Amino acid sequence: MSKPSGARADRSATPRSGARVQPPSVQPLSAGGEWSFELIDTYDRAIREIAVGEFGLDCYPNQIEIIASEQMLDAYASLGLPIGYAHWSFGKEFIRNEHLYRKGHQGLAYEIVINSNPCIAYLMEENTMPMQALVIAHACYGHNSFFKGNYLFRQWTDADAIIDYMVFAKKYVMQCEERYGEQAVEEVLDSCHALMQHGVDRYHHPAPLSVEDERKRQIERERHAWRQYDDIWRTLPKAGRDAERRARRSERIYPAEPQENLLYFVEKHSPRLEPWQSEIVRIVRKMAQYFYPQGQTKVMNEGWATFWHYTILNRLFDKGLVDTGFMLEFISAHTNVVSQRGYDQRGYGGINPYALGFAMFSDLKRICVAPTAEDRSWFPDIAGSDWRSVLDFAMRNYKDESFIGQYLSPRLMREFRLFAVADRQSEDAYLVDAIHNDDGYRRVRRLMAAQYNRDNQIPDIQVLRYDRRGDRSLTLRHRRHRGRPLDDDAEQVLRHLHRLWGFAVRLVTVDENDKEVASREIKS
Amino acid sequence: MSIIIDRRLNDRKKNAVNRARFLRRYKEQIRRAVDDLVSRRSITDMEQGGDVKVPVKDISEPAFRHGSGGDREVVHPGNHRFQQGDRIPRPPAEEGGAGGQGQGEAEDDFVFKLSREEFMNLFFDDLELPHLIRNVLGDVRDYKWRRAGYTPSGVPSNLSVLRSLRNAQARRIAIGAPIRRELEEAEAEYARSPTTALAERIETLRARLSRLPFLDEIDLRFRHRVREPQPVARAVMFCLMDVSASMTEDKKDLAKRFFTLLYLFLSRKYERVELVFIRHTDNAQEVDEQTFFYGTQSGGTVVLSALRLMDEIIEARFDPATWNIYGAQVSDGDAFGADPEKSRAFLEDRLLPDLRYFAYVEIPDEPEALGLLAHAYARIDHPDFAMKSVTERNEIYPVLRELFSKEAA
Repeated sequence: MSKPSGARADRSATPRSGARVQPPSVQPLSAGGEWSFELIDTYDRAIREIAVGEFGLDCYPNQIEIIASEQMLDAYASLGLPIGYAHWSFGKEFIRNEHLYRKGHQGLAYEIVINSNPCIAYLMEENTMPMQALVIAHACYGHNSFFKGNYLFRQWTDADAIIDYMVFAKKYVMQCEERYGEQAVEEVLDSCHALMQHGVDRYHHPAPLSVEDERKRQIERERHAWRQYDDIWRTLPKAGRDAERRARRSERIYPAEPQENLLYFVEKHSPRLEPWQSEIVRIVRKMAQYFYPQGQTKVMNEGWATFWHYTILNRLFDKGLVDTGFMLEFISAHTNVVSQRGYDQRGYGGINPYALGFAMFSDLKRICVAPTAEDRSWFPDIAGSDWRSVLDFAMRNYKDESFIGQYLSPRLMREFRLFAVADRQSEDAYLVDAIHNDDGYRRVRRLMAAQYNRDNQIPDIQVLRYDRRGDRSLTLRHRRHRGRPLDDDAEQVLRHLHRLWGFAVRLVTVDENDKEVASREIKS
Repeated sequence: MSIIIDRRLNDRKKNAVNRARFLRRYKEQIRRAVDDLVSRRSITDMEQGGDVKVPVKDISEPAFRHGSGGDREVVHPGNHRFQQGDRIPRPPAEEGGAGGQGQGEAEDDFVFKLSREEFMNLFFDDLELPHLIRNVLGDVRDYKWRRAGYTPSGVPSNLSVLRSLRNAQARRIAIGAPIRRELEEAEAEYARSPTTALAERIETLRARLSRLPFLDEIDLRFRHRVREPQPVARAVMFCLMDVSASMTEDKKDLAKRFFTLLYLFLSRKYERVELVFIRHTDNAQEVDEQTFFYGTQSGGTVVLSALRLMDEIIEARFDPATWNIYGAQVSDGDAFGADPEKSRAFLEDRLLPDLRYFAYVEIPDEPEALGLLAHAYARIDHPDFAMKSVTERNEIYPVLRELFSKEAA
C-alpha cells in the first residue's frame, strides 16, 4: 500500500469535541482513495468523536483487523467467526463463495464484525479509504453498540468468552479426531448440524461460558465415569432399591413437559452417546445459541448500523473533515446497500433487511423530529420527542418481529408499496390479502411482523417423550403451523437424530388442535 | 481507543482443511464430474484445473424446514397494480411465494473450480498411478542442480575450505598491512636508538597483529548451487487407433486416457511434444484430435496401413536423429488374414529401430480374450516395446510402467 501524504492528515487528527461551528482552518482528513494505517487510526478517532462523543453510542472497545480478500472468504465460510473446528460443510461454503467471487457473480461484504469483547471487525485491504471509513462507522460503532445494547444479545450471548470458547472447541474436536478418527467425529458433527436450528433455548437463559470451567467440567465428567464404573456394584442387592424401582415404574411420561431444545436433550439423555460425543453435541449447541440472536435481529441490526454510518459520515462532512469526492463514493455505496427492488423486478430476493432497517430507523427519527398529523395519531408517545432516546430505546428492547409490529409506519408502507399475498391451501389462486391503504395498514404490518417470527421460519418440533424404562425410544412432536407440513428433508434429519440417539426415533405431526395427522419412525 | 491490527500476513489458507474434506467426502460425485471433463477435453489441455458441477441435492445439508402447502401470507414490496381482494393465478411450477422469483441460473448444480493439482490427482487416482510417477507427472518441470559460484552463507557441508582460507589470508594481509608497516618503522627506529617506549610500542603492535583472527566469519565461502530447468528436447507422439465400428465410446474413453497419460509423461520430459493422430479402418488417415476421438467411420480393419502411414510421416517430417519418437496404438484386437503377421514384421523391423518406445493397448470385448493382433505382437522381443490387454482404467498404467520406471528414475 502506498502511503498518502501523512502530514496533512495528522494535523487534523482529533477534531475538538462539540465543535459545532466549523473553524475555517479545518482540512479534510485525507484526499483520494488510498488508505494507510495512520489514516485508519485518524478516521477511527474522528468517527469515535462523533459516535460516542456527540451521539452517545455505548460500545465495546474495538479491534480493527485488516485482512486480504482470501481471508475474507475464509471468514465467510466459518460463519464469520475467526476460528472454528474443521468440517466439510465449511469447505463447501468456502468453495461456493470463492467460486461466486472469482466469477464476479458476487462481491464480498465490505466487512465482517464479531460479537465479542473487544468487538472484532475485519476490513478488507482492497477497499478505498472512504469505504474503510464507512465500514468503521457501520461495524465498529453501529453493530458494536447494537451487540452491546440489544436485549437478545445481552441475554443470550457472552461477548467476553466466545472467542476463547471457539478456541477450546477447535482443540477439542481436533483431539477427538486424533483419538476416535475423523470419520467418527464427522458423523457426530453432521448429525448435530442437521439439528442445529433446534439446539436453541428460547426461554431459559444459558449459563455464561467460561473456557476454564468448560474444560474442567469435561475432564471431571470423564473421571467420574471412570470411577463409577464398577461392575460388582450392579450385582449387590440394595435396600430401598425396589421401592425406587416401583416409583420409577410409575413414571409415565418423561420429560414432564415437552422440550424444545433437541440438542440439549440429546446431550443430556442420549442412551448411546459416549462422553466425547455429548461434548461435541454441546459445542454445536453452544454455537447455535450464540447465533440465535443474530437471526432474530437481522433487520434491526443492519438497519441500526446503516443508520449510524449514514448519520456519522454526513456529520463528518458537515464538520468539513471529508471532501465531496469522499461523499460521492460513500453515497454510491450506501445507495447500493439500501436499494430495494420491487417484487416484479429482476433480481428481487425478498425484503432487503438493510433497506427496511435503515428506512425504519430514519423514519423513527423523522417521526420524532418532524411528525405529521398521521404520525401523531399512530405514534402519540414518540411523535415530537427526543429522537436519540427513542432510537436508543427501540434498539435495546426489540427484535425484528416486535420492532416491525411496533414501529412500521403507514408512510413507510406507502413508500415501500407493501402488499400481502395469501397462499391458502383451499384456494386455487393467490389472494391479495391487504395493501398499503387505510384498510390495510394494520394488517400489512401484522403480517410483516409475523414474517419475522421464528415459528414462521422454523418448524415447531419438540421432544415429547423419552421412554426411559421401556424401549428407550424418543418421540418428537411437530406441531403444524397453519397447516404447513415438513419438507422431504425431515426423513434424513430423523436419521441423523437416530444416529445420535441410538434407539428408535419417532416424529409425530399434530395439527393446531393436537390431533395427530402424520407420523414417521426410524426403528432401532 | 481502538486497536488496529494488520492481519494480511496471517495464514490465508485456513479453509484448506475444510476444502480438502469436502472434496474427500464427495469424491464419487466429483469423480463423475471429472470423467465428464476428461471426455470433453483435448489431450493437450488435460492438465488444468476446471469447473466441476455436482448436483446440489447430493451435497445438501438437511434440516427441519417447512414444506410447501398449508396457509401463509407473504409481504412483498413494490406494488403498483394490486388491490385488496385481487386474485393472482398460481404459477405452474411449485415455486413458493408470489411472482418475481428472479430468473437467475437454476440452482440445480453446485459449481466450483478444481485446481490443477486436485484435477490431476483425481485423474491419476483413476489410473492408480504410483506415487513416484505422480510426483514426476505432477511436477511442473524437471530441474537440475547446477554450480553457480560461491556465497557467503550456507550449510557447513557446502563449505569451500580453499576459498575460505584464501579469503582469510587476504583479509589478514589487508587489515594487518598498516600495523605491519608501523611495526617495521618502529623496529628500524629501535635498531637505531633503542628506548623502552619504543620497545613497548613494538610489543603493542605485535600484540595487535597477533590478535587478528586467523579465520573470521566473513571469510567463509560456501559452494553455491542453483536449480535450473533441464535441457529440453522435442518429441513426437503418434497416436494410432482402430476406429472400426467395434470400437465403442467406452473403449475410446479408455484409449483417450491412455494417450493422455503418455502425453503427460512426454510433456514433462520434453519441451515440445507434437501429436500425430492416425486412425485406421481398412485404410489409414491422419486426422485432428476431434475427428480422431469423435469422428465416425466404418469399414474393415487393416492395421498395417496405419503403421505404413506412420512410417511415411516419420520419413517426411520427423527425422529420428533430431526427434524422440514415441508410438502408442490402441485397438480392439481385430485383425484378419495376413495383416497381423505383416504388421508385426513391419513394426519390429522397420519402425522400432527408429522409436524410443512403442506401447500397444488392446481393449477386447471380453477380458482375457486375446485378439489376433496381440497374438502376433506377442512375439516381438524388444526392450522398447510394451503391450497389454486392458478393460479397466486402472489397468492402463502397467502398460507404461516400464517406460516410466526407466525414464523417471
